[in-house]
Amino acid sequence: MSTQKHTDEISGVETTGHEWDGIRELNNPLPKWWIYTFYVCILWSLVYWVIFPAWPYLSSGGWKHTAGSYGYTQRGEVSAELQKVAEGRAVFMKQIDAMPIEDIAKNDSLMEVALAGGKATFADNCAPCHGSGAAGGNGFPNLNDDDWLWGGKLADIQTTLTHGIRWEADADTRQNMMPRFLDDKMLTREQINDVAEYVLSLSNKADDAAAATRGSEVFAANCVSCHGADAKGNQELGAPNLTDAIWLYGGDKATIVTTLSHGRGGVMPAWGARLPGSTIKELALYVHSLGGGK
Amino acid sequence: MSEPATNLENLVAEAVGTASAASSSALNDDSAVAVNSQLNRPLYQSRIKVQPKLVHGTFRRIKWLVMALTLSVYYVTPFIRWNRGPGMPDQAVLLDFPARRFYFFFLEIWPQEFYYVTGLLILAALGLFLATSVAGRVWCGYTCPQTVWTDLFVFVERLFEGDRSARIRLDKEGWSVGKLARKVGKHAVWLLIAILTGGAWVFYFADAPTLAMQMVTFSAPMTAYIFVGLFTATTYTLGGIAREQVCIYMCPWPRIQGAMFDEESLLVSYKDDRGEKRGPHKKGTSWEGRGDCIDCGQCVAACPMGIDIRDGMQLECIQCALCIDACDEIMDKVGRPRGLIGYDTLNNHDRRKAGEPLRFRIIRPRTIVYAAALLIVAAIMVVALASRETLQLAVLRDRNPLFVTLSDGSIRNGYGIKIINKDTAAHVFHVTIEGLEGARLAGLSADEVNPTEIAIGPDALKNVRFYVSLPKDRLSALDHGLAELNFVVTDETGRHTVRETTFRGPDQ
Ligand code: SF4
Ligand code: SF4
Repeated sequence: MSTQKHTDEISGVETTGHEWDGIRELNNPLPKWWIYTFYVCILWSLVYWVIFPAWPYLSSGGWKHTAGSYGYTQRGEVSAELQKVAEGRAVFMKQIDAMPIEDIAKNDSLMEVALAGGKATFADNCAPCHGSGAAGGNGFPNLNDDDWLWGGKLADIQTTLTHGIRWEADADTRQNMMPRFLDDKMLTREQINDVAEYVLSLSNKADDAAAATRGSEVFAANCVSCHGADAKGNQELGAPNLTDAIWLYGGDKATIVTTLSHGRGGVMPAWGARLPGSTIKELALYVHSLGGGK
Repeated sequence: MSEPATNLENLVAEAVGTASAASSSALNDDSAVAVNSQLNRPLYQSRIKVQPKLVHGTFRRIKWLVMALTLSVYYVTPFIRWNRGPGMPDQAVLLDFPARRFYFFFLEIWPQEFYYVTGLLILAALGLFLATSVAGRVWCGYTCPQTVWTDLFVFVERLFEGDRSARIRLDKEGWSVGKLARKVGKHAVWLLIAILTGGAWVFYFADAPTLAMQMVTFSAPMTAYIFVGLFTATTYTLGGIAREQVCIYMCPWPRIQGAMFDEESLLVSYKDDRGEKRGPHKKGTSWEGRGDCIDCGQCVAACPMGIDIRDGMQLECIQCALCIDACDEIMDKVGRPRGLIGYDTLNNHDRRKAGEPLRFRIIRPRTIVYAAALLIVAAIMVVALASRETLQLAVLRDRNPLFVTLSDGSIRNGYGIKIINKDTAAHVFHVTIEGLEGARLAGLSADEVNPTEIAIGPDALKNVRFYVSLPKDRLSALDHGLAELNFVVTDETGRHTVRETTFRGPDQ
């Protein structure tokens, strides 16, 4: 601020002393209503202090703040909103709880709720193993495809979700075992090699026709009880189809030999103990909707 | 309304030398000092009420006409009907927030097409720039709602309290029944106008006749009443009370306009070269050696902004041209040519002084640029509107997972498809794919009868999921795991649209 008063030559108005590139600000009077508006705003802030939480103060328990006359908090506002959402959802959850899963699938509005809920539950609980897109990984099944170990019908998926697979804490869990043919000395290395060739031949990938022929006999003696004479598997027993393009652990020869030698036995938790039945239904409907459901 | 005329008679009588002593007191009321003069400015300024005097003349007539026109557009527009077919609103201009649609006669704008509104705003801005560079603040002076409503409020004020001098006298007077009646009457009518203004505003956001019925039967939604209340308050305050304060202190446009006009813009100006040296003139005396301005103060009395045009170009002047009418009236009475105050350019002012012929250069680089920009934007708008699609298709390929291998070795991709039917009739859309031989299209659920036939209502959209699978023996069609694929949507009338996308598989 300049100490010397300066008066603008053209308008005859005193300037504020502020100058930018030779442009000076005229010190014209402010209209009175403007200053009154300002006072009203100050008064309003006093009202605000009373109604809303405003002032911090130090008490024995550390920093506190005035609560405001209505005890308003943003946290309270959020939880009230969440409460409202839960109440709104409860109507649908009750129906989902009561209805057989196949009927829910036929009800458009319930399906909308179920798929949205299932998607959220999947992201929270299933994505760590099956991936956020449910594409799975080595040893973790891809849930988008049409190949199912324990069945791809809604009821099958619901059962798998409820009781898990090889989950010891659940008496009704889905149970089976791929034997450890080498470790338990049930087959020799040569026999395992032959069976592997035979399995490869089922998808026209065998290199050694003679070994495959020998392997077919070993297969008939050891594997058909679970995988079936046609090697197409058995969903009752959770035995995979060995003739298709989908391999849980890999379809190359080395992996097949490893599987035969040391067995397999992946585990899926029984979610029935952790999630309410209606949520499991939502989850089953969601997984079924991914494109491979039967 | 004979009173103002009498006052004018007195003035002119003074000017022509027949004034009586009795009438000169009326003159004192009218020959006011400019309220917003530069002199004696305190730190905070109390507002001195501006009491504009009624004038008669060309510009006043134009302003009455513009007022009638703009007010009728404002009040009548929501009630204009426009048939869009069954199930669609039949209001010509409607901002439907719940349904997220903007209807403007033949136009129907969806939220994602808001650029049309942006285009309209750009057109409005450019139009404003062009008008300002040609003739100054014509927007402010004639069509701005603030000016129109203030003019209307002053008109009502005049009905109840008389013209300028009567109003000044009334305000000075002590309270009486008569004064109270006049004031109450004025404010009541102001309030009524304000309510009607706010009331008309909400009609742009809902079906006007229905809402009008609801409003009077007190069954309209609360928000409608709140907004009517809000606009009633602002109209009453800004038009009735704040008036020129809005233009001087609140509006940004007076600050911007300085960059819009130049030495060739037509601006309402006092021709000081002709008017000075000013001074009272007695009839019969010579006009030699003096200016035409008889210092009667009529231009100041007429000014709704409370300024003296003879001080030169001022921020406060809204270019309403009422001072032109005021002065022309005087010039007629004293027998001098009209136009002492008139539309003039800064350059013509200099040319007159230099004795050069006057020139009006409406067409000059500035106006050409603004006009060209205006035409270009308008052309773009017309082309965009003419080629607006009523059927739109968006295709989003799943990215997680990128593709799925099925048990028979084929590859499947998932697509989220959005079909937008902007037509006012319902249609059945048939979805097909092309461009990738051997690929098969399938709907999500197997038990749907015909998953590729999608029925969509008028003015609606639908999201559908589709799967495309490519058999194992056709995987060779993929180049680095990628192939091009088109989705085609056709309705029963043959309207169709194509959207390109890709198909992904393993990179072999
Ligand atoms: S000076 Fe003249 S044109 Fe400007 S606002 Fe006043 S009356 Fe209107
Ligand atoms: S400019 Fe015209 S209206 Fe204004 S004081 Fe002079 S003569 Fe009167």
